[in-house]
Amino acid sequence: MTDLEYFKLSKPEKMLRSVGGFFARLPKGIWNGIKKLGLFIAAIVKGIGTNLADLVTTFKNGDWKTRLSYLIMGFGSCARGQWGRGILFFLFQTVFNMYMFFPNAQFSGCYYLGKLSTLGTIETYKEGRRTVYGDNSFFILLYGVLTLFFIAAFIYTWRMNIKQNRISEQLLKNGHKLKTTKDDVASLMDEQFHKTMLALPTLGVTIFTILPILFMILVAFTNFDATHQPPSKLFTWVGWDNFNQLLSTDTASYGDTFRHVLLWTLIWAFFATFLNYFLGMLVAIMINKKGIKLKKMWRTILVMTIAIPQFVSLLYVSKMFAADGLINTYLMKWGWISSPLPFWTDPTWARVTIIVINVWIGIPYLMLIATGILMNIPADLYESARIDGANAFQMYKKITLPYMLFVTGPYLLTSFTGNINNFNVIFLLSQGKPLSLQLSGNAGHTDLLITWLYKMTVNDTNYKLAAVMGILVFVVTAVINLIVYNMIPSVKNEEDFQ
Amino acid sequence: MSEKKQIPEVDIVVDHEAGVIREVKPEHLRSKSGHEKRINGSIYAVLILISIIWLAPFVFLVFQSFRSYATESGAMVAYLLPKQWSLDNYVWLLTDPSSKFLRWYGNTLIVAIFCAVLQTFMVLSVSYTLSRLRFRGRKLIMNVVLVLGMFPGFLTMITLYFLLKQLGLTQSGAVPGMILIYVASSGMGYYISKGFFDTIPKSLDESARIDGATRLQVFRMIIMPLAKPIVIYTVLMAFMAPWGDYVFASYIAFGSEPNYNVAVGLYQWVNVADYQGFFTRFCAGGVLVAMPITALFLALQKYYVEGVTGGAVKG
Repeated sequence: MTDLEYFKLSKPEKMLRSVGGFFARLPKGIWNGIKKLGLFIAAIVKGIGTNLADLVTTFKNGDWKTRLSYLIMGFGSCARGQWGRGILFFLFQTVFNMYMFFPNAQFSGCYYLGKLSTLGTIETYKEGRRTVYGDNSFFILLYGVLTLFFIAAFIYTWRMNIKQNRISEQLLKNGHKLKTTKDDVASLMDEQFHKTMLALPTLGVTIFTILPILFMILVAFTNFDATHQPPSKLFTWVGWDNFNQLLSTDTASYGDTFRHVLLWTLIWAFFATFLNYFLGMLVAIMINKKGIKLKKMWRTILVMTIAIPQFVSLLYVSKMFAADGLINTYLMKWGWISSPLPFWTDPTWARVTIIVINVWIGIPYLMLIATGILMNIPADLYESARIDGANAFQMYKKITLPYMLFVTGPYLLTSFTGNINNFNVIFLLSQGKPLSLQLSGNAGHTDLLITWLYKMTVNDTNYKLAAVMGILVFVVTAVINLIVYNMIPSVKNEEDFQ
Repeated sequence: MSEKKQIPEVDIVVDHEAGVIREVKPEHLRSKSGHEKRINGSIYAVLILISIIWLAPFVFLVFQSFRSYATESGAMVAYLLPKQWSLDNYVWLLTDPSSKFLRWYGNTLIVAIFCAVLQTFMVLSVSYTLSRLRFRGRKLIMNVVLVLGMFPGFLTMITLYFLLKQLGLTQSGAVPGMILIYVASSGMGYYISKGFFDTIPKSLDESARIDGATRLQVFRMIIMPLAKPIVIYTVLMAFMAPWGDYVFASYIAFGSEPNYNVAVGLYQWVNVADYQGFFTRFCAGGVLVAMPITALFLALQKYYVEGVTGGAVKG
């Protein structure tokens, strides 16, 4: 189909085509993914092969300084006068060795690594009044993962150390000068500036995000919960049991509740995103209309809900809608209703109330964004449309909306996934209530996956299911992202903006 | 150019009967004024209604914070205007020995100040590097951050709690613990400021490099002075976030009242049964928290709008 033919299609046909196109491409996409994965594995195997071969040849052809560096990292660098690098290499090796073979076997890397397959076998017991602590599954798993990280880093550094030796040897042979420590430091401020800038953030993200996520992914495959709490109890690997418990249709499990919560999460994210989007745009158009005065004041009034911390505004509003809150008491005083409206006690009422209150929180963001974009739409587009006799609604439909959608496509996506994880609004407004006997695991009718995860962790200490849920939230988010990215026509080219 | 502008303002009509050429208002400008006024009138009506809805809760909050605790109830009541206006709640919050409000306020302020400084440093170095420098693994880093961002943040909390506990940074050490948590991974939120750096012309760097500047010098002397709006935006965001955080703060400070932040402290006054009479005190506390933050935000609104709109357009 040519572009021209495509433009002739009607809106629904275009939609159908893009959705259909996605599914038509899906098998090929999956196949390409598998192929890429295969190539990736092949590349890794090949990489290991060449690296090993390189190690052997470097050892064969190298001088004694290089050869000794295989055992003592940084020796070659020091011997050739590159003290800075050499000492760093040597320090790293020393720390690594100390960690792996710590004199007190209880705390060495080797100890944790050895226990990783069982997560500990020695139970804690009581000897009279004294508690004798056995293995701590939690630390075995955590430090086991950390040790694996450390080993990978060590292998990488060791390899780098040998590579450096080879390069230095070659440079010297060709009569070049080696970089001094001073040169190295200078290059960190210039050619290698990215390393300086990213060092701290990378360290932070590795320890405080990547390590915990890996750890929790592993916890999803253990029975770590309230009855298996270290240090008094051990936990161990259980395979896919937890996933079964959360996903199976068996009535005794959490399956029904999970689907219920997932459905509401998606409904919520849909309304929270699109209702705010269109209403926010509408408000922006109204404020920016020619002839409307006090533009700045209207904007400032709306922005108040962004400025005031959510826990103040949302907690207060949630109390306003309570059975004994302002709204119900005043409606009753005026005789409009005889009993309080069930804002927080009826599932449907609670859901609608939350979505409506979220409009109050969400419109201002969209209003700001839309204002910026509306101002960028060339004015002569409207002028010529007006001369052609278009009315306000037609101009909105044909000019404003397509332009907005095109520009804010990526924003809609991030906003949708952000709403899936919108903890604050739900937790501060309803805490997931109303609870129900039909739902297991303390879940309520307005609980999102993320607030349910929070309850499982804080109230039930059911870490294993919390971990599974976290993984499933990831899967949902990733799938939505993949689909939408394939449907959005403007796959952004990063360099275009520069 | 000038011709083009005149077109919508006047139409030239040839009147054959009279044999003259007349200038008339074009159709889209004619007869609209009455219609236009009505539209604008209804827009004003809607905007006023919206403003009332938007401001009412905050006005109510302020009213109730001034209700006398001594002569009226501190709980929720069925009327809006206090029968007796008083500063009871504020006095209690700030002076009563059993009120931990000032402590919570201080905790949050410390966290916010540290975050504002450290987080800005982290975010700017990541976004600058990913935007302006080209090096091996750059795309990989961006993809990894994208994937990591899809995991719910709270998932990591369980592990971090135990990690921090090892370091003594939970409960009584919750304040430094919170700073550490907020700052450590903040580099992942680089998108908006990267979008900003992307818009600064590359030729600036190049000409400076030709003149012999190192990359550090380019960053410090060329880019940073231009980046004032985004620096202010980042500082503002980093400073405001700790005031509203409930999840992490409640988990890290779990059960240790003196180390709560304002959100956790005030939350329990509203939602824990033992604190039934604390509703007006919550209102007063809310006012005290909201006032400086709102003032700061409104003063720096311009930068916020720039950041938000830029970020939305560039994704």
